[in-house]
Amino acid sequence: MLSKYIFYFLSSVAIYAALMVLISKKPIHSVLYLTLAFFAIAGHYILLNAQFLAVVHIIVYAGAIMVLFLFTVMLLNLNIEGEFPKKNIIKFAAVIVGGLILITLIGTFRTYDLEIIKNPTLNQIGLVKNLGKVLFKEYLLPFELCSILFLAAMVGAVMLGKKDIQ
Amino acid sequence: MTFKFLYDFSILTQAIDKAITGSMSPFWAMITEMTIIGVLILAFYAVVGLYLVYAERKVCAFMQNRVGPNRVGPWGFFQTIADLIKLLMKELIPIKAADKLLFNIAPFIVIIAGFMAIAAVPFAKGLHAVDFNIGVFYVMAVSSIGVIGILLAGWSSNNKYSLIGAMRSGAQIVSYELSVGMSLITIVILAGSMQLSTIVEGQHDLWFIFKGHVPAIIAFIVFLIAGTAETNRGPFDLAEAESELTAGFHVEYSGIKFAFFFLAEYMNMFIVASIAATVFLGGWMPFHIPGLEGFNHVMDYIPPFLWYFVKTAFVIFLMMWFKWTFPRLRIDQLLTLEWKYLLPINLFNILLMALMVLMGWYF
Repeated sequence: MLSKYIFYFLSSVAIYAALMVLISKKPIHSVLYLTLAFFAIAGHYILLNAQFLAVVHIIVYAGAIMVLFLFTVMLLNLNIEGEFPKKNIIKFAAVIVGGLILITLIGTFRTYDLEIIKNPTLNQIGLVKNLGKVLFKEYLLPFELCSILFLAAMVGAVMLGKKDIQ
Repeated sequence: MTFKFLYDFSILTQAIDKAITGSMSPFWAMITEMTIIGVLILAFYAVVGLYLVYAERKVCAFMQNRVGPNRVGPWGFFQTIADLIKLLMKELIPIKAADKLLFNIAPFIVIIAGFMAIAAVPFAKGLHAVDFNIGVFYVMAVSSIGVIGILLAGWSSNNKYSLIGAMRSGAQIVSYELSVGMSLITIVILAGSMQLSTIVEGQHDLWFIFKGHVPAIIAFIVFLIAGTAETNRGPFDLAEAESELTAGFHVEYSGIKFAFFFLAEYMNMFIVASIAATVFLGGWMPFHIPGLEGFNHVMDYIPPFLWYFVKTAFVIFLMMWFKWTFPRLRIDQLLTLEWKYLLPINLFNILLMALMVLMGWYF
């Protein structure tokens, strides 16, 4: 009952924020609207009883990535108002690509089992204990490979940041 | 006994809940309860923030061999209230070159972050607004939002000093967040849960700092250092180094908006202290020693919320002590301390704790 209203509220906030990311003239406003959209999506995760995912979403996107975006925008002084010049053909191609992704997603979710979404308390997959078991039992190798990828990226960033390389 | 609710607040809260749900539809009952809790937490936020400012001025004064505020009320007890009224009366100076929207919402983002974090803190038995099953993680997540407000405040003021202050503050908070998180995870391994109520219940025989001895004490020290740094305080306050940056990110703010930042700083200190008290020092759990039945029983007579506030006040005093005795660090020393010392110590400490829990080497 209440969760239905919360769902509609969060969804409209998410869609409004996502639109404003595209429409805003200043890059820094876009970054902020993106943060708002992430928060709305985190709210959806909580409605789906996936509290761990919601919090990870906030830490990673709103906490870390958005701060990085803000740093970039501020340090590079990207606050130039006005549209970014883009050719019509690029806009056209972007619309087609985005539309194709939308069709793929709708096609995937059409056949998806919606029972969990209707009754989020049925399965506790979003809670940290179950998620940990799945990650470390069924997906152990991909999980560890991902961490190696992250480590490689971190080492790469440190290498790029070093000044005194011969 | 009429004061029974002091020992278990769920008696009181359940009675209120019954009265509310009995008199209106479930939907409105839910809304009313949410509003009541929100207003209570907001009031608590303001009062605690004000009195921490007073406490800081007194502690600072005694450390510098002064008396501190002593004119408004007995021992200057109403000094900060007078200050608040002064700040409320002051003119809000609009900045011509500022980004109006961001300049105005930045203080609120900082306040919201603190407000959300305090909702998850267990104050006493049954006095706990939201008991998430990932409580510790939730507090870490929402308190990391505050940095967005600080960065926006510094940037939107359109002032060199505030921008530099915001950048320093951002770099500092983002780095020290790691240490805060990892030192808490060390205790989560010992507790076997991230739910704050379970963590407190798990300390009914002995607090975690004693139960987990060596790794828990290391984690506590790391948490104190990183927590002090995360709140931009003490020896780590170079984000608002007065002598070089005037006041850092909030240099252009005036009147009550400045007060919001000021209040948020003290509130963040309170949150860090109460998380330290809850996770390491047992929260509202009285001091128990396994085996000493009589002693434990005597300790139970002290109400839980008193235990909680005394422990929190102790940690806050430690943080004030740091601030008024250590000299300020340079930015390179600050980052070296985090990335070259605290982080490796923390990672090693997590392994040590995991080994200890596996082998059962704790009390």
